[in-house]
Amino acid sequence: MSHTVLVLPEAQLAPLLRAYDAAVAAKQRQLAIGLLLAAVALALSVIGAEVHPAKFWENIGNFTSYFGRLSHLDSGDHVWTDPAEWFWGLKRWSLLLGETIMIAYVGTLTGSVFGFVGSFLCSRNLVKSAALRFAVRRTLEFCRTVPDIVFAMIFVVAFSLGALPGMLAITIHTTGALGKLFSEVVESINMKPVEGIAATGGSWFAQVRYGVIPQVLSNFASYALLRFEVNVRGAAVIGFVGAGGIGEELIVAIRKFFYSDVSAILLMIVVCVMLIDTISEKLRHRLLAMDSGR
Amino acid sequence: MSNGLRAAFLADRVGIEARHGALLRPNARSRAGTLAIVGFGLALYLAGLVTLDISPLRILGGFNRLFDIFALMWRPLPGGWAKVQLYVNALGQTLAIAFLGTLLAATLAIPVGFIAARNVVANRIAHLLARRSLDTVRSIDTLIWALIWINVVGLGPFAGALAIMSSDFGAFGKLMSEAIETADRKPVEGIVSTGGGRLAAIRFGILPQVLPVFASQMLYFFESNTRSATIIGIVGAGGIGLWLSEAIRMLEWRDAAFIIILVLITVAVIDLVSQKLRAAIVGRRG
Repeated sequence: MSHTVLVLPEAQLAPLLRAYDAAVAAKQRQLAIGLLLAAVALALSVIGAEVHPAKFWENIGNFTSYFGRLSHLDSGDHVWTDPAEWFWGLKRWSLLLGETIMIAYVGTLTGSVFGFVGSFLCSRNLVKSAALRFAVRRTLEFCRTVPDIVFAMIFVVAFSLGALPGMLAITIHTTGALGKLFSEVVESINMKPVEGIAATGGSWFAQVRYGVIPQVLSNFASYALLRFEVNVRGAAVIGFVGAGGIGEELIVAIRKFFYSDVSAILLMIVVCVMLIDTISEKLRHRLLAMDSGR
Repeated sequence: MSNGLRAAFLADRVGIEARHGALLRPNARSRAGTLAIVGFGLALYLAGLVTLDISPLRILGGFNRLFDIFALMWRPLPGGWAKVQLYVNALGQTLAIAFLGTLLAATLAIPVGFIAARNVVANRIAHLLARRSLDTVRSIDTLIWALIWINVVGLGPFAGALAIMSSDFGAFGKLMSEAIETADRKPVEGIVSTGGGRLAAIRFGILPQVLPVFASQMLYFFESNTRSATIIGIVGAGGIGLWLSEAIRMLEWRDAAFIIILVLITVAVIDLVSQKLRAAIVGRRG
């Protein structure tokens, strides 16, 4: 079972080895340049972000002790010793959390409808007018680039405090985000059903209704559910600027150092978000299975 | 042509319905299910509109004021050159926060991602614990993290960077562990079969597969973090958000519009650059 290893003659081997060394050196040079650039960017950002490692280490105890304080009631006992005292505002907080979820739901649904319309208008395979596509695309981009909380701040001035500005802010952001995702789905569909309907004399609406929508609906629903998850998180903090929901209660509790309230509200938000994530993940998997089963 | 088909169908309608009845009749059960879901969704929507006290009248009235605001935003210029400099500086700070936060999150998430990956650490309890804690961290918003970190390091951009690190850490760890789990097993087997150890298998078998995916994810997160970093100043954690919320609170609409446009341009430029970089990274692998 002995093998003889074939070695190329020196004259042929030398150029190959040289080429290998050169390739390795080039790769290492590239890596070095990349690392150098990253290091410069890091140094700049450390200065820009006013990082003080010393202060950080000095105060890192605050971080752990903050969580310690979060887990204690005013009386000094651990929160779990007296759940009734810990969750004294359970009814009020539940209502506010319900309002938060409602803001997210109404905002997501309204935004999905707008995004749905927008996505068809900016898809290359359905709309011939480049000007219309461009206009719709830029509008959607604007809607998703401005953060929802900025919209909320402006709307609070225009619509006054309450759930309405929050809902509208989430609607606009959702329109932008879903419009883009939806249009990507629409642009990747199979065009044959659409052509078939066009060939039998179907109008543009008939083509979209019977050729496009059956192909994309389950994908759309799954994206909308995913957005709903994101929006519940967003709606929970949108109250920071006075736009309804549990956020306002939370920021007041944090600012006024009501530690046990902070931990109770945070816990409620986390549990609620996780619950919604789990349910929506199940639904999304089912939707996708339905899609691939066809 | 289509008229011919139509005539043929109409002529033999009874025959076709007899032969392919199931295809032509709507499926009553699936239709009822669809209607039930749509009905429930609509009912919930209407209930939402009522409980949130949203009426067309309020919306119309608000839009009136909104148009006034837009009119005031026209010609978005801040008063004076000093303010422009202030805003540009704050924008630089925002970018620094996003960059630092992303980098810190990635550095922390790599080891945790390996622990949370099923094919690297076989221990079920460690796996489950890592996953759950990542989920918990992920479900707390950046703004809430910012408020917590302000308690530790005080007001300022450093708290913002730490907040972005905290909220991204969860998402990063999850993505990392998923990338590791879907990595091809064959290079690892090859290394083990030539006598390589566990660490060698990770370093030469898994890391080269995962790193390009991870690098492109990092760029993607940097993009989205520039957006989050612009608002983190609202709670006092540094960056342009502080000035934006200040301008809106003081009803200085021209300043607000200027800042929003500044942010839009920056985000667009960063998106473009990172798109190019991502293509280069993923392309080099193939």
